[in-house]
Amino acid sequence: MSETPKIRVRNLKKAFGRKVVLDGLDVDVGVSESLVVIGGSGTGKSVLIKCILGILKPDEGSIQIDGEEVVGMPARERERVNRKFGMLFQGGALFDSLPVWENVGFGLIAAKHATRPKAKEIAIAKLAQVGLGPEVADLFPSELSGGMQKRVALARAIAADPEIIFFDEPTTGLDPIMADVINDLIVKITGEVGATGLSITHDMASARKIADRIAMLYQGRIIWAGPTGEIDRSGNPYVEQFIHGRAEGPIKMAVQV
Amino acid sequence: MKLLQIIGRVFIAFLATTGRLAIFAVSALSHCVRPPFYPRIILRQMIEVGYFSLPVVGLTAVFAGMVMALQTYTGTSRFSAESAVANIVVLALTRELGPVLAGLMVAGRVGAAMAAEIGTMRVTEQIDALTTLSTNPMKYMVAPRIMAGILMLPIMVFIADIIGVFGGYIVGVYSLGFNPSNYLQSTWDFLEVEDVVSGLVKAAAFGFIVTLMGCFHGYQSRGGAQGVGAATTNAVVSASILILSFDYVLTEMFFAK
Repeated sequence: MSETPKIRVRNLKKAFGRKVVLDGLDVDVGVSESLVVIGGSGTGKSVLIKCILGILKPDEGSIQIDGEEVVGMPARERERVNRKFGMLFQGGALFDSLPVWENVGFGLIAAKHATRPKAKEIAIAKLAQVGLGPEVADLFPSELSGGMQKRVALARAIAADPEIIFFDEPTTGLDPIMADVINDLIVKITGEVGATGLSITHDMASARKIADRIAMLYQGRIIWAGPTGEIDRSGNPYVEQFIHGRAEGPIKMAVQV
Repeated sequence: MKLLQIIGRVFIAFLATTGRLAIFAVSALSHCVRPPFYPRIILRQMIEVGYFSLPVVGLTAVFAGMVMALQTYTGTSRFSAESAVANIVVLALTRELGPVLAGLMVAGRVGAAMAAEIGTMRVTEQIDALTTLSTNPMKYMVAPRIMAGILMLPIMVFIADIIGVFGGYIVGVYSLGFNPSNYLQSTWDFLEVEDVVSGLVKAAAFGFIVTLMGCFHGYQSRGGAQGVGAATTNAVVSASILILSFDYVLTEMFFAK
């Protein structure tokens, strides 16, 4: 990879008290690439994304976005870099005090990219992109089904035409068919806008569908990374165990904390 | 040994929370005076804190005034000083009962609601979502609520003072047989500007305490519904204790002049 990667993470460390979550993690995501990080529950996948987004402060290490170091960056600068991001949260994280269109247009209004009427127009267009009609715009998130909430959250993530979109467990809590619909949408939309994608999931079907490259996170490090097609012949016992969902193998689930 | 450990742990936890609260308070206040502002949200919070709390505060005030009139009559009649009833009622209300009772009622109504709302936003990642949508949650969530508290409580207490005096007047005239114009005259004659102003300053301080506690505990809440429940309880309890202790401190300050 000769060009500067969109995201470059080096030696990232993060601990909560005595519990070490990320332990010297390295990962690169190339321009317009879709990388999916897989790993068991509680292996620090969400922590990785939150460190890159600037919601959590890493203890050590470097994170570069377009070659720009963001760890230790002043807040104002950081906000500028964050405008390149869109994020789909696991539970949607829609603002339940606001109607759907204000949720979708929130970032646009906040960054002063659009007036309220203009933001509503854009929001309705984005809703159409995720397959929702304009009649949804004036509903509140609590009036929507789980799948629809996911779509609205997706529309919000892409509203400001981000260069990098993060997906935190995009299919969790959905039935297999709806999960596939969301996967298709993710592939379609990131393809349309040429965005770089970084997803985390433990759903292998979803990972295979949306990933160009897959990386496996275990004990705070990336233990394997490669093109999606090669995951079935990784030769890595940890990856083998994970993708086949076996209870026996080198990965021991911490049942007791 | 064990006992010392427990004492130490509790003490350190207390200091840590105090430190976090101090940082939170300073940061919240600094966001109150730095743009961007959110007039729409400030207005909504002012209505929420002020207008919707008015019935409950007014009701408390009217009964406080009535009971004050009855009790001071009992007391003063023992040494034939019944003429002081109106004066004592108005002093007690403006200096003490108005701000303290309004503060406590608002702590139960508004502080709890704020802790629950912000706590839920925290555990459903809505606060993280704000950050990714170029919005500072301290500015968007916390500052408008604190401003509403500081601005609205004095107004409410001023109204409560009037309603409370009216309660005392009702009891004084219809039950204790005072002459209506004499009662009002002696209410007015001995009232000084400082009595009212000191009460209103207290009210502003209590408004700050209540909203700060609601926001702080909500913001810090962890771990689902139980965490939000605990945050709500903590917000109300800590606000109530702080109101009563700061009431003493502020009274001492006004007297020292």
